[in-house]
Amino acid sequence: MASPEAGPLRMMVTLGIAGLCSGIAVVGIFLVTKPRIERNRAEALEAAIFRVLEGAKTRVALVLREGELVRYEAEDGAIPKEEAIYAGYDESGALVGHAIPAEGAGFQDTIKLLYGYRAASARVVGIEVLESRETPGLGDKIIKDDHFVANFRDLAVEPEIVLTKTARSRENEVEAISGATISSRAVVRIINESNARWLARLGGDQARHGTADADERVLARGGVE
Amino acid sequence: MASEQPTYEELIKGLWRENPVFIQLLGLCPALAVTNSAINALAMGAATTFVLVGSSLLVSSLRSLIPKQVRITTFIIVIATFVTVADFTLQALAPVVHKELGAFIALIVVNCLILGRQEAFASRHSQRPALADALGMSLGFSFALFLLGAIREILGSGSLFGVSLFGPDFEPWVIMILPPGGFITLGLLLGVFAWFKEHRERASQQAALDTGERRAA
Repeated sequence: MASPEAGPLRMMVTLGIAGLCSGIAVVGIFLVTKPRIERNRAEALEAAIFRVLEGAKTRVALVLREGELVRYEAEDGAIPKEEAIYAGYDESGALVGHAIPAEGAGFQDTIKLLYGYRAASARVVGIEVLESRETPGLGDKIIKDDHFVANFRDLAVEPEIVLTKTARSRENEVEAISGATISSRAVVRIINESNARWLARLGGDQARHGTADADERVLARGGVE
Repeated sequence: MASEQPTYEELIKGLWRENPVFIQLLGLCPALAVTNSAINALAMGAATTFVLVGSSLLVSSLRSLIPKQVRITTFIIVIATFVTVADFTLQALAPVVHKELGAFIALIVVNCLILGRQEAFASRHSQRPALADALGMSLGFSFALFLLGAIREILGSGSLFGVSLFGPDFEPWVIMILPPGGFITLGLLLGVFAWFKEHRERASQQAALDTGERRAA
């Protein structure tokens, strides 16, 4: 072995230099990639908002201030760093619904998801899983199984969403994935908990931010349908 | 370093004769955990290749400067730095792949294949053989992961690289993409490799015996 027999000082200097170089490299790559990584996350969320709110063309972020939902103003339209929900509007400026991020424990790790909610009809209108580590082939069907995802395209939230193991017969029922009951139940629970937290606030929010006439238009259209 | 073999030999040995997974049984954690599809297996192979080649080159270049009492600590610092670089780079450039591989990218730090190559090879050889050794071992590792991933994906999802192979009537054998499928596939492949090895050894022994007999006669 070519390595020399070294005294304590040399060992310390070697490790010190190695640590310093490593520190510089790690911090360097962190700083270089950080903007890109944050942009990837924001883009993924942004794209998900428009997928769970079909027909939405623009969105406004809403954040909690002293228990009230207020419009989040950012010069560049960036996603807020704090907890936020998103109101989506169509071309004519009418409110399509709200995209609400929610998270909770899944089978293996935290499931982070985003769902679309339409206050006018009190229904969940779409869901997208942002992050999950559910079992490949079973639990990850909460993302990949179209039949399961379709449950959330038109789902009543009153009195609460219920998981069923048989075919869906009521408007507030979600049919569980066979072999992935825990993951299915986790998704339903996450949405129910998030609903309990946000829905009461949405009523008041629309009066102030949804531009009153836009909300009326949505209600009127709901009536026509 | 009197026993320095030709570089070509260093490159080739990792592919088959000293394959890290099938012969040395190193790095089995990622070999079992992320091989539920061919693409994940290849991504893991690529990340490991980057870390192993980078670490081996650096360790080999600095080998005369590293006191041997603190060599393991220094190797781990070098390896961990390369892994962190790979982790952030993947997160920035290929978020989808990073999402699939999850925590297993960070866990390359503790892949004993990488530390093993630094201790057994890179710290004792110059850059050229060290590079050849690292490339060969990485390719052997990636090949083993790909074999596992392809078999598991074909049987467990009925597809390869996400392309459906058998049409809608195929009933996927779900256990193959779950952890038990990893163990079953690896066990069977190890059996096949051991059988080949034994078969070949017996053949060469037989050949030696035959020539011995002829000479005696």
